[in-house]
Amino acid sequence: MNRIKHHIILEDLKEAKKVKIIVDGEEMEAYEGEMIAAALLANGRKQFRYTKKHHSPRGIFCGIGRCTDCIMTVNGVPNVRTCITPVEDGMVIETQKGVGEWKRGENGV
Amino acid sequence: MSSTTNCLKTIGSPSLEELKGSPGFPDEHHMKKGPIAIIECIEAIPCNPCETACPKGAIVVGHPITNLPTLDVEKCIGCGLCIAACPGLAIYVKDYTYSDTEALIVFPYEYYPLPSIGDKVTMVNRRGAEVCEGKVLKINLSEKNNKTPVISVSFPKKHFEEIVSMKRI
Amino acid sequence: MYKTSIAVIGGGPAGLSAAIEAAKAGAQVVLIDENSRPGGQLFKQIHKFFGSKEHKAGVRGIDIGKQLLKEAQELGIEVWLNTEVCGIEQNKLLWAVKNKTESVQLLSERIVLATGAMENSIHFPGWTLPGVMGAGAAQTFINIHRVAPGKKVLMIGSGNVGVIVSYQLLQAGCEVTAIVEASPRLGGYGVHTAKVCRAGVPFYTSHTILRALGENKVEGAVIGRLNDKWEFIPGTEKVFEVDTICIATGLTPLAELAWIAGCKFKYIPELGGFVPLHDENMETTIQGIYVAGDITGIEEASSAMEEGRLAGINAAASLGFYSSKQKEKLCNEVRERLDALRQGPFGKMRRIKKQELITSRREIRCHQQQIV
Ligand SMILES: Cc1cc2nc3c(=O)[nH]c(=O)nc-3n(C[C@H](O)[C@H](O)[C@H](O)COP(=O)(O)OP(=O)(O)OC[C@H]3O[C@@H](n4cnc5c(N)ncnc54)[C@H](O)[C@@H]3O)c2cc1C
Ligand code: SF4
Ligand code: SF4
Ligand code: FES
Repeated sequence: MNRIKHHIILEDLKEAKKVKIIVDGEEMEAYEGEMIAAALLANGRKQFRYTKKHHSPRGIFCGIGRCTDCIMTVNGVPNVRTCITPVEDGMVIETQKGVGEWKRGENGV
Repeated sequence: MSSTTNCLKTIGSPSLEELKGSPGFPDEHHMKKGPIAIIECIEAIPCNPCETACPKGAIVVGHPITNLPTLDVEKCIGCGLCIAACPGLAIYVKDYTYSDTEALIVFPYEYYPLPSIGDKVTMVNRRGAEVCEGKVLKINLSEKNNKTPVISVSFPKKHFEEIVSMKRI
Repeated sequence: MYKTSIAVIGGGPAGLSAAIEAAKAGAQVVLIDENSRPGGQLFKQIHKFFGSKEHKAGVRGIDIGKQLLKEAQELGIEVWLNTEVCGIEQNKLLWAVKNKTESVQLLSERIVLATGAMENSIHFPGWTLPGVMGAGAAQTFINIHRVAPGKKVLMIGSGNVGVIVSYQLLQAGCEVTAIVEASPRLGGYGVHTAKVCRAGVPFYTSHTILRALGENKVEGAVIGRLNDKWEFIPGTEKVFEVDTICIATGLTPLAELAWIAGCKFKYIPELGGFVPLHDENMETTIQGIYVAGDITGIEEASSAMEEGRLAGINAAASLGFYSSKQKEKLCNEVRERLDALRQGPFGKMRRIKKQELITSRREIRCHQQQIV
């Protein structure tokens, strides 16, 4: 885990409520309300999607919702910017291949 | 351009030569007379909290606030109140007269974990090179410092000029 | 459709300050930000600010952010979060998308654009590998999300953002292997470079990154020396084992909304590229549309706040909330503080370039008056 628990200026990390997310079928622990990208990084995941043509991996790049490098399929909805989307308990997150595919799910619009 | 006149903008930290020409750096005589503030701020940035913090009026920036801070060596009592006030972490206090063999440095240190009193720590120079061992005497966590801990360490006198901080632990 | 007197777009230091000043004057204000929390870049700036007492020097950015939020709340400013402004029509009709799903319109008599800036990137083989990211992204992760992007970081760029983020990476417990700078001189404030230098981080001036190594993620980086024509000198390669490469090669103003609105621009590289022209009251070439902060040229949070205040005061005054005498008094105080920040070797260039913007704006106004 890469969480920064202690910090001289920001002080100790406050324990937030833990939730479970499912990433490519694997269960992972996350803190309620944190960004999906932060939860993945904290769990050691750096690749978020693979590009359409060259299948090359992408991860976090801008961290503030501008570049779309970090997009994944979340609860069946593709192209979700994970760096600015908070996790929810039970969220199903999948590595996105290419432009993604719409899946019918509870939240699929 | 000689090799020691432009260190700040090439290596990242100022050389003694660059510092000695600046108004915040005490002359050799005053530097060794007792506890005194040493200001390593030589670049005319818009900033003056050091001036506001000093209860003795020993630091003057004046107008405009891009003036370099000037230390009045006669007025400075080495109290150290300016250390944590400086947002650039550019001020420390040194005392050459601390003991027969050792000098004292009081410097800002914003890393976790903090050392404990009595710890042996590695002291470093302006370029981060390890120079000698030091002993932690005091850790000032006063609220006034606004989360910048100020640490006092004693170290061998012969490294007086070089030492500016301690190695992260 | 919603209605208000003044709409401020962007809730960073500039936007917050504009909204606060306008609300203080008595105007009805709506502050809009696309994020779930206002503050812009302020909450990642955990270092103490420079300046003087009047600029809140010595206070950490994050605490200034908290103070501004409290003030905004006490003034009862209406804040729309998770709302992205996508268009401006007829100089006063805003079109925005709330929560990514709901389209809303807001009619506002005055508009302040304070949308900030975006990080620049540089391209080299491997730059798309996971592990290569903006320095601001790394700063967001360590200081806001409290997750380290990696263990060993190579920083590209020695300007203030590069050195500040390097220092903050050290504070977060990461190792910063080196800071690479293409120019022969370091860019950031000397007090910042000295801080990371004594922490043992080496600077490589006249060097650039040649490529990132790794298949599926960054596993290393190769840098090389540049000659005085900024060409790579073969045989000078150095390999670093790092898992993260941060890019801090400058910022570009996020000015799309000003383009859409039809504001006139000028290209000023020292300010970050194309910037909307504005007068000394922060009004653009379109009456009733004001700008403040990084959108008008990259500076710092301290100057962004002062520009925000100017925009807020003037927008409110133009609606009659201040007499011209009151307004001038308030503006002069702010301008004095702004001038104080734009002195010295670092600030002088910005002062000159900002003056250039204002002069160009004035020329256009004279021209318009002649036509009329
Ligand atoms: C990532 C990053 C890190 C930085 N770190 C430092 C630092 O450590 N120290 C330093 O001195 N300077 C730093 N800066 C420089 C910066 O110039 C200032 O510190 C300051 O934050 C600028 O203030 P601002 O209000 O103009 O913009 P910002 O603080 O960027 O605020 C703009 C806000 O507007 C929002 N926004 C943009 N477009 C829209 C839209 N269409 N609709 C709704 N909302 C929108 C943005 O999301 C953001 O919240 C950094 C800049 C960036 C981009
Ligand atoms: S050490 Fe004390 S007296 Fe000396 S300059 Fe600093 S604050 Fe002033
Ligand atoms: S407070 Fe520090 S950085 Fe600011 S002028 Fe004084 S010595 Fe320099
Ligand atoms: S990292 Fe750029 S949009 Fe998420």
